[in-house]
This record gives sequence, structure tokens and C-alpha cells, in this order.
Amino acid sequence: MTICFNPQNKLRFENTLAKYEIKASALLPTLWLAQEQFEFLTPEVMDYVAQLLEMPPAHVYEAVTFYIMYKKRDMGKFCLQVCNNITCSMMGSEDLIRLIKKELHIGLNEVTEDKMFSLVPVQCLGSCDTAPVVQVNDDYCENLNPEKLRELIIKLRAGIVLEGPGIPCQ
Amino acid sequence: MPIDSDSISSSVILPDEKKIFFKHIRKENLHTLSGYESVGGYSSLKKAFAMPPDQIIDEVKKSALRGRGGAGFPTGSKWGFVPFDSGKPIYLLCNADESEPGTFKDRVILEKNPHSLIEGIIVSSFAVRCHKSYIYIRGEYVHAGKIVEKAIAEAYAKGYLGKNILGSGHDLEVVLHRGAGAYICGEETGLISSLEGKKGYPKLKPPFPAISGFLGCPTVVNNVETLCAVPWIIENGAEAYTQYGKGQSKGTKLFSISGWVKTPGTYEVEMGISLKAFIDECAGGMKNGAKLKAVIPGGSSTPPLTASEVDVACLDYESMLKFGTFLGSGGVIVVSEHQCLLKLLEHLAEFYWDESCGQCTPCREGTGWLYKMIKKIGRGEATSADLESLKKTAKSMMGTTICALSDAAAMPVLGFINKFPEEFQAHLDQKGCPMKQCGGSAH
Repeated sequence: MTICFNPQNKLRFENTLAKYEIKASALLPTLWLAQEQFEFLTPEVMDYVAQLLEMPPAHVYEAVTFYIMYKKRDMGKFCLQVCNNITCSMMGSEDLIRLIKKELHIGLNEVTEDKMFSLVPVQCLGSCDTAPVVQVNDDYCENLNPEKLRELIIKLRAGIVLEGPGIPCQ
Repeated sequence: MPIDSDSISSSVILPDEKKIFFKHIRKENLHTLSGYESVGGYSSLKKAFAMPPDQIIDEVKKSALRGRGGAGFPTGSKWGFVPFDSGKPIYLLCNADESEPGTFKDRVILEKNPHSLIEGIIVSSFAVRCHKSYIYIRGEYVHAGKIVEKAIAEAYAKGYLGKNILGSGHDLEVVLHRGAGAYICGEETGLISSLEGKKGYPKLKPPFPAISGFLGCPTVVNNVETLCAVPWIIENGAEAYTQYGKGQSKGTKLFSISGWVKTPGTYEVEMGISLKAFIDECAGGMKNGAKLKAVIPGGSSTPPLTASEVDVACLDYESMLKFGTFLGSGGVIVVSEHQCLLKLLEHLAEFYWDESCGQCTPCREGTGWLYKMIKKIGRGEATSADLESLKKTAKSMMGTTICALSDAAAMPVLGFINKFPEEFQAHLDQKGCPMKQCGGSAH
């Protein structure tokens, strides 16, 4: 199968390029676009991006392995990114990691057999006031505890859409 | 918490009308252009465009505004380093890569008041003769990114961005650029490398970005909160700004407070207020009646304060220096008596190990050593010689690398050892964690 952006993403790519002084600057946004369409970045996808941006493929591999949010393999439908930094760990994030491991039978950076969930430990998500926090794909799920997380997993399995985040401030 | 009007005067809680960033933060549609305009948004532009750009720089210098990302460098001076006659384009990069553990203040601005940032960028770009600006937002802030993207589009449609803004002759293009998960891109030269399409490797200074930054051109990198303060300073004057704060720490500042407190969140307060009062009055004090053991005052890179230091410390740059620490990013993390500090330090050290870019040996190797030695002490397998090695390693990581990440990893380690030696000793003496928190990591 030849790797290629669909017509809509081709247009988005062209629009992205136009925003930058040099083609290389468009690397991160192009990789985001590629990840959106292809779900994860295989060597073939990275080669395609290198060709689009006229840079050596090694340059693209280097970036993809440096920035942790680019997926190198299929991480399942829901990527459970658990913050385990200072505040979240004080507020119980390790219990969340233990629960996911036990309930979903996966270890860190592993994917369930049905490809529904993966568990990825992440660094501070900038939501310490609602710790502990798990980012499910793009969405922040805040003020969690093991019970709430268990319910969340059930909801995700059932295809219930998550509510948007809310941040308290005064 | 309801507050009666009598107590406000003696309270550290800043009344809404005196706030610079959060005056209208509770307004429902503040993130939209119409919501922002309805509370006087973008009104500083007219005044700014009528001023010579150098006068704006002078005003910001006089305001004593200091960079709110963590380093606290005077903003006006930073702008003053830019050569305006180099013939090269000048870039203004907004650092929205808020990743310092314990810090979430910029996220509030990005999500709730994105137009105030755009206004800040317009005024600042006019001052530094810049016509192209990038907002570098961390990859995890997807929700915030969508809100900012929409705000940029609205600003273009209304003529606040683009060619000849409000007939001023000033052109400005603003682009939102999304990172992809790398703490080091919050370091200004790491951010520049990333924006150039490379790994976020920091660059040797000098040359400083103001002289040779993005694509070798003069570049100003400012934090979100810093830029948001500029329109207020221009509208109300530097003198009004310096009425807030004390000593070398002027103005108000956003502090994000988290950990073992009743009402964690982001609060705008005047610089120089008592840290203890901030914790008690803004964050509601300690949760569940727990005793306070330590406070990390300005994000994970800043050494901790003991409970007795918290009683007397103030939220300003000078006061923090007196206690061997820094105001940093304003990420206040409150630690209770129920938390083992070795365990906390283990998480902290793991973070820096994970985020070291790997460019310089003292940092690449040192961060891993710190983590492993702290873990060893936590598990009760260390001797006092190991504790000495830990100190020696941390000291060797300071001032020996291209950027400050290495120092940022070493400083809190040394700070915890200096201020809480009894916790380390207890792990050595009891050959294990007295609170049974170390060792059983979920990792």
C-alpha cells in the first residue's frame, strides 16, 4: 500500500507549509497530521513525511523518537496516559496504575489484546489542581480515584463520550 | 469560600477589580472575541500604536516586569538586547510549553482568556518590531490549543492580526505551533531548535536568542503570563504596575497551588505576600487537618522550604533567595506530614532522567544516577557513603551543561538533603522507608 495523505490532509499540509519560513519547521505539525490519518508512525509513514519535507529520513526518525507523543506502534483505541509526577503521585496516581495493570492485564506501555486500551506513564500534564489525572487520548480525566477510574474504563468500553475538562480558578 | 468585605483589606486575597489577569476570569464567554471585547479587551492597542516602540520598551523596563516562566529575567532588558538594525526579521516566540511539574497557570490563560495573550503579543511585537510570532504550546494541551486556534482566527477576522492592524501600519502574523511531549522545549533555545524542526536540543549561549535565535535571526522568547501583563502596563502605566508588589518583585503574579490543600487552583495575588497566608487564605489551608511538612515553592526545579520557613517566607524573588530557593514558575506544591520525602524525590528525579535531552554527559548520566541512588536509599539498601555520592553527583551536575535542566535536577536533590537530613538518615538507619512508601513503586 502506498502511503499518501488523503485529499483533505494534502490541503491541510499545504496550508501548514505556508505558515512557516522553512519546510523543516513544519515537521512537528506534519507528523501530527500523519498520526491523525495513519494512527501511528511506521517507517513507511516517516519516509513519506521526509519526502514531503525534503529532508533525510533519519532526521524524521530522530524527531519521532525524541518527542514522546508520537506513536511508533498501535497503542489501541484508548491510550490511558497516567501522570505519575509529584502532585499526582501524592494524590494517589500509583493506585491508578496498579488498577489498570490488574483490571486490564497490561504492563506499562503495553496494549490490551483486544486493542482497546494501553497504559502509558506520562510526566506532569499541567493539571495538578485536579490530581490525579489521566489523559485519555486527548481528554483530561481529573480528580480520579480507583473507583472512578474503573467506571471510566467501563464507559470507554461502552463508547460513552467523555465530558470536556474543567479547571477551577479564582 | 465566602468572604465578607471587612476582611478583604487585611486578606492576601486580591479583590477582582484589582486583578490584572483574572479580573474577568469567571465571565462565561471571556474566551470569545465578543466576550473579551465586552470587558474592554484590545483597548490597549490604540494607545500602544500611538507610542514610539522604544517608549513601550522603556515603559516595560520601568514596570520592572520579570519573566514569569521561571527565570525571572527583566522583560524590558530582554527586549532591549534586540538589534533593530540587523536587516534580519525579528521573531517573537511565546513560550506556552508549560511543563514544569506543579505549574498550570498558563493553561488557565490559554483556555479561559486566550485573547489577552494575543493582545499581549500584538503590543509586544510592535515594541520589538516583529511581524511574525509563534505560540509554542505543549502537545498535551489539546483542548487549550483548540481554544487558542479559534481565538487567533477571530482576531484575524476582526483585523487585530494581519496587515496594517487598526490602520497602524503594523503587520503581524501569529501561528500556533504544537509541541509533541518534551519538557526541554520549554527552555528557550530548546524551543527554538524544536521550532526549526529538530530535536529540542538547547543551544550554547552566547549568542543569546535576542541576537541570534530562530533561524539565526533576533528572537524574543517570552512566557504566556509575561506577555499578558504587557497590555495592562501600557494602558495603566509602569507606575501603576509598580504599586503592586515589593522590592525587586513588582506586579501581581499567578500562582498555581496543588498538593495537600483544601482548594488547589490558580490564584492571582500581589507579589510579596506571605506564603503561609497564601496557602491558608487562597488554598483553604491543609486538607483533613494534616500538618504541613514541606513546600516546593516554584515548580519541581526549586528546592523545598521547611514548615518553619513557610511560616516566614514571602512570595517574591528576594524572599525565596533568602531560603536558598526560587520563585520559579509559581508552581506551589504543598506536602503533608503523611508524605515520605524520599518517595517524592524519587518521582522528581525520575522526571528529570526521563526529560534530559541527552546532549550533555553530566545531565544525561547524572539524572539517571540521582534517580537510582535515591531509589536505593528509599529501599534501605544504601549506606552513608551512598548519600555522600548522591551529594557529590548532584554538585557535579551544576553549571557544567549547556542548559539549566541539569541544575534543575540537582538543586532540589541537594535542597531536600540539606533541609530534611533526618528523613535521609532514617532510611539509612532503619534500612527501609519509615513510612513504607518507598520501594513498592507501581512502576
